[in-house]
Amino acid sequence: MGNNPTILAIETSCDETAAAVVRGGKEIISNQVASQIAIHEQFGGVVPEVASRHHVQNMTTIVKKTLEEAELTYADLDAIAVTEGPGLVGALLVGVNTAKALAYANDLPLLPVHHIAGHIHAANLVQTIEYPAMALVVSGGHTSLIYMENEGDYEIIGETRDDAVGEAYDKVARTIGLPYPGGPQIDKLAQEGEESIEFPRSWLEEDSYDFSFSGLKSSVLNYVHNRTQRGEDMNKADIAASFQRSVVDVLVERAARAVMSYDTKQLILTGGVAANSAIREAMEVKVKKIGVQLIVPPLSLCTDNAAMIGAAAHVEWKKKNIAALTLNGVPNLSLQKR
Amino acid sequence: MILAMDTSTYVLGVAVGDDQTVRAEWTTHEKTNHSLRLMPGIDLVLKSAGLKPKQLSTIAVTTGPGSYTGVRIGVSTAKAMASSLNLPLVEVSTLETLASNGKYREGLVCSFIDARRGQVYAGVYEVKDEALTVYKEERLLLLEDLLQELKNEERSVLFLSLDVDLHRETLTHELGEHAMFGATGDNRTKPSEVLRIASKKEAATNVDAVVPRYLQLAEAEKNIKKESSS
Ligand SMILES: [Zn+2]
Repeated sequence: MGNNPTILAIETSCDETAAAVVRGGKEIISNQVASQIAIHEQFGGVVPEVASRHHVQNMTTIVKKTLEEAELTYADLDAIAVTEGPGLVGALLVGVNTAKALAYANDLPLLPVHHIAGHIHAANLVQTIEYPAMALVVSGGHTSLIYMENEGDYEIIGETRDDAVGEAYDKVARTIGLPYPGGPQIDKLAQEGEESIEFPRSWLEEDSYDFSFSGLKSSVLNYVHNRTQRGEDMNKADIAASFQRSVVDVLVERAARAVMSYDTKQLILTGGVAANSAIREAMEVKVKKIGVQLIVPPLSLCTDNAAMIGAAAHVEWKKKNIAALTLNGVPNLSLQKR
Repeated sequence: MILAMDTSTYVLGVAVGDDQTVRAEWTTHEKTNHSLRLMPGIDLVLKSAGLKPKQLSTIAVTTGPGSYTGVRIGVSTAKAMASSLNLPLVEVSTLETLASNGKYREGLVCSFIDARRGQVYAGVYEVKDEALTVYKEERLLLLEDLLQELKNEERSVLFLSLDVDLHRETLTHELGEHAMFGATGDNRTKPSEVLRIASKKEAATNVDAVVPRYLQLAEAEKNIKKESSS
């Protein structure tokens, strides 16, 4: 209770059905994820209707497993937290309605959490976030630079104008015949290749923190298409390495410039794509030079999970931001005006 | 005390009671989001009956067929309540609930929900002594095919559906005087009927395994199946 609440958190914004118990926003008591990656692999991407069906099927099993693992009952909990958005509407609805029912049935307060705030607060599960801080959230759905002057203040200073970085990875992977999800596949293949192909880097306006990956993606697609038409050989590892270099250069430049001009203490690199080894390494080198601390949560906390929602819920707990019974999933929920 | 809920069509309904008494019942028929209104509805019904969630003994829910999203809202809510309160969960068919509005008229009752592209989710029941038995299992099929089957029965059929006005002409055209219709209130699912059916029905053996009755694969799954079989 008080400042050390035990929170059961639920996350179903995309294709992972997840629940966790987190204490005081920092300590993971239990963290369970039922991943649907193997299911969506056959479709080459997440199919919303299929994802929603699996969420309904698995949700209470995951919640039960989470509490069993934590050796806790509802009587031991101080609150229920849930991802309110953004995400796939049908997927969000399952988590939101489950959480509302759990909160109502057990007379517990319900805390609404923004999915991106969740990704950011995954950092708090491995180190204490010190403000002002900058976060680069990179995943299949998001590419955002977020400045946080104080805890709970989120200012989006840069966002993708087209594809999310994870999307670009998936499309390029598909073009060169790699299976879904493309991120880890390209990362692996890139290690064997040379950065020998000059793909573009989209710098946009001089002082912009925004991202654009569609030009890069088209450039890779054209390259592959032209080679194929001319019947020429191509080295897929070189394509992967060169594409990845182009992505990394842009991400590192944006993050480094943001950290310096906003004078932050930390840079948090998070989201599913933060698991990428090239991005991690390049960011480490750059940040060390600047002299700020880099926090990269481990892979299991970077990809979608509920522990991060439990960590971010602690902020809502302190703000006493209790959701009404009318809480709904909001697919395009804004992070800023919270 | 049984808490019954139904979110499978535009009608949203919650009731609480037992096999003797319906203590409170609430329905609306609005094209608004069930996700927003189901929990407040449950709260309203329980408060009206002066009950707390912990005083419930059973949860009942319509598991479809119907709107995928609608059904998922009800099933998610019902599963979470049943699972966390350690209560039995009874799955009730939306079509059986609807058909039971015709339980005082001997003969065939066909309840259906429009599923677009000429298709309907439909069940056919036979009523005898105020009890329904399944005459034709609930299915997703073309309305055209359903009507052909019913025509062959050569007896009157009571059609109950929220979407009855969409098809009234076709039904009358195909079945002539054998096509019978209910009053306005008979065309909507009543949560008190969900409650009544549930009070006589066995609960699911595993609450966590309860899933909606979609009656068909997701579009993407169908395509994969087509590819692999061709
Ligand atoms: Zn995410």
